[in-house]
Amino acid sequence: MQTLQFLLSRLAKGILVVLAIVVLDFVLIHLAPGDPASVMAGESGATDEAFVQQLRVKFGLDQPFTTQLGLYIWGVVRLDLGFSHRQQMPVLDLVLDRLPATLLLTGAAFVFSLTVGVVMGAWAAAHKGRPLDRIITTVSLVFYATPLFWMALMAVLIFSVWLDWLPAFGLYDVGGNATLGERALDVARHLVLPAVTLGLFFTAVYVRMTRASMIEVARQDFVKTLRAKGLSERVILRRHVLRNAVLPVVTLAGVQAGQMVGGAVMTETVFAWPGIGRLMYEALIQRDYNLLLGVFVVSAAMVVVFNILTDLVYRMVDPRIEVSR
Amino acid sequence: MKKKLLGTLATSLLLACSLPGLAAAEPKEGGRANVVVQPEPPGLMLGILQNAPTQMVAGNIYEGLLRYDEKLNPKPQLATSWTISDDGKTYTFKLQKGVKWHDGKPFTAADVVFTADVFLRKTNPRTRASLAYVDTITAPDDETVVFQLKQPFGPFIRMFEVGTMPIVPKHIYEGTDFQANPANNTPIGTGPFKFAEWVKGSYIKLVKNPDYYEKGKPHLDEIYWHVIPDAAARAVAFETGKVDILPGGSVENFDVPRLAKTKNACITDKGWEFLAPQSWLWFNHRGGLTADVRFRKAVSYAIDRDFAREALWNGMGKVSTGPFADSTAFRDEKVLVNYSYDPAKAKALLKEMGYKGEPVRFTPMPYGETWMRWAEAIKQNLEDVGIKVDMITTDVAGWNKKLGDWDFDLSTTFLYQYGDPALGVSRAYVSSNIAKGSPFNNVGGYSNPEVDKLFADGAVAFPDSARQTIYSAVQKKLSDDAVYAWLIDLKFPTLTHCNVKNLITTGIGVNDGFKDAWIE
Repeated sequence: MQTLQFLLSRLAKGILVVLAIVVLDFVLIHLAPGDPASVMAGESGATDEAFVQQLRVKFGLDQPFTTQLGLYIWGVVRLDLGFSHRQQMPVLDLVLDRLPATLLLTGAAFVFSLTVGVVMGAWAAAHKGRPLDRIITTVSLVFYATPLFWMALMAVLIFSVWLDWLPAFGLYDVGGNATLGERALDVARHLVLPAVTLGLFFTAVYVRMTRASMIEVARQDFVKTLRAKGLSERVILRRHVLRNAVLPVVTLAGVQAGQMVGGAVMTETVFAWPGIGRLMYEALIQRDYNLLLGVFVVSAAMVVVFNILTDLVYRMVDPRIEVSR
Repeated sequence: MKKKLLGTLATSLLLACSLPGLAAAEPKEGGRANVVVQPEPPGLMLGILQNAPTQMVAGNIYEGLLRYDEKLNPKPQLATSWTISDDGKTYTFKLQKGVKWHDGKPFTAADVVFTADVFLRKTNPRTRASLAYVDTITAPDDETVVFQLKQPFGPFIRMFEVGTMPIVPKHIYEGTDFQANPANNTPIGTGPFKFAEWVKGSYIKLVKNPDYYEKGKPHLDEIYWHVIPDAAARAVAFETGKVDILPGGSVENFDVPRLAKTKNACITDKGWEFLAPQSWLWFNHRGGLTADVRFRKAVSYAIDRDFAREALWNGMGKVSTGPFADSTAFRDEKVLVNYSYDPAKAKALLKEMGYKGEPVRFTPMPYGETWMRWAEAIKQNLEDVGIKVDMITTDVAGWNKKLGDWDFDLSTTFLYQYGDPALGVSRAYVSSNIAKGSPFNNVGGYSNPEVDKLFADGAVAFPDSARQTIYSAVQKKLSDDAVYAWLIDLKFPTLTHCNVKNLITTGIGVNDGFKDAWIE
């Protein structure tokens, strides 16, 4: 019951947050020089003033700013994200079309970084001060400090160009009549490089956080008690220390989950992954206001959802925590 | 020196690969062409969208009445033969028989009349301007179309290329709102390839048109146009063999010599003769330093075009000497002022006008790494002769806006010349084409009644010898005035794997469809 109440209040707040983001983004986007009509006219190479004006009227850009904003918000409230005049499709269709690819990529990166990060972190903590610990922390520091785009390019160079093990770009190989199983395998192969590249930074963060947190917890009194009880070192670490140490990692994972949905622009661009990060970037370049706002609205909504989920996971990991209202 | 070497290397590779096939091998049927398209086009309806990626893909779906060889001579396409009356005012086209639209409906003269008289007049500003010379367009029978002009218009015969006048199906568009017609998402043409599938953000798939009217063509079964947003990733895609064709401009220029050296790579600079892209530096004639002819001349002398050609364009293209690009008709080298690199002359001119180091705003065209590097080289050239330059960088949309609002002093650009001065040159110089809102009209605001009259007369003079006299006069005037600083007549090299044969067969290059191409 308490959980339900919590959910409802968080949802209500979330909707307000999304609306505030819509207004803010709308204002910011319209501050950038140029508009969709001038971009489309510019691309066609030859044009006249009448043509540009005709486009503006068609896109509704001739109306006062406040009217445009009002109309847009009214649309969002009705779950109508408008029409992308450039792509000649409803924005919601475009975004939903691209969303699965992004969720697949970020989901895989998320699982990868969380699993590898926590396992490696725990491992390092168990071997504190010994060579294995040194190796793990050094490697994670390198991944933490390396820019994502460089890592992506190097990964492509090594695993695609030199070794020819993994495909360099795209979601799957086009053409042919692949069965469902073959297609899934193909997508998985294409997923490896982008997901690992995207996940490495957070992997490094999780390693360091898990390690630090476990070492911290291992110093506490209850661990001594457990030892005194005669529990094996392995059980102490896995059952008691790790469980208590994992809370800050969950916090961070919530942040990562939200951030990744909108933040995979770089990875999606380098690996030609057809997700919403790229859609957003291209919409920005083309000043496709409706599409850009549409991506913002959807990713803002996702962030809100992930935050709520994180709070729920908190309760599961540590029942002592009262869900904050 | 090293850069020069690279340029020479590219040139020699170019020669090696562009040698005509000694024994014309028998084309092999089937196979798939993997091509890069950059950026992803907004749509494929060529009658409505005129941007470069749309033209490149849709040039396979739609067709014009004619195509043009590298000397710009007309060749048959949807029209098998054509005659021009002695007074230069009546153009009669005989159409191909037995042509079908991709949806199976027959193609007739009515489609041509609808396209030229109704559709393109509404949707294509460039074609509309040229169609202003046309009085009537009629179809005496299903296989004949007659264009009756109000007065002779020399360039008219160069209007029938697929990008300028793609023939669209009347039965789909008549009486509809063209821009909003849902059929725009599933384009129907008469071309050698049919639209099959478009996975946004990934690829566009075209398949062979089995009912194509030219027997035995096309040779390929399918074409995939891959959307790869990152330039380095496009280069990798070519290296790993995922794509076989990199059309001009799809990788950064500095990657071209490296890729040209990889195994099985061929490079050619052919296929740009018709479009004839020319680059120049806009001067804003509306005021300030750039309104002074001495300043414009100083800038023209200050720029080292040979360096840019060698270092940034891999030694391809030609240094521009005037407002008409190298392959554009009626070019007259003799009347032009020689603005080749001469810093001393530039300094003398600046001294003469009493230049005190006032800054000029330089807003370069942000079309990728090559253009930004070129802008830096030009800034350096100008600073070497003592001109103070404030570089203002922005993204494409911001640049469109700044140029369209005339908010600049200097800017780089390039425009297609479409083979004829009346189609592609005059638009940057005549005062009737000064209008806010577009970065590609007479943005510089040059306005000279004498030049206006010459260009107007040149368009309609008859026969060609009369046009030549007029165009020589206009070139002399523009050159004397140093209206803009003409830079390079560009060529964008096409990189392919060498087993791709017969890709570029006309002066329109990869934009002209792949009906002759085959893969060994």
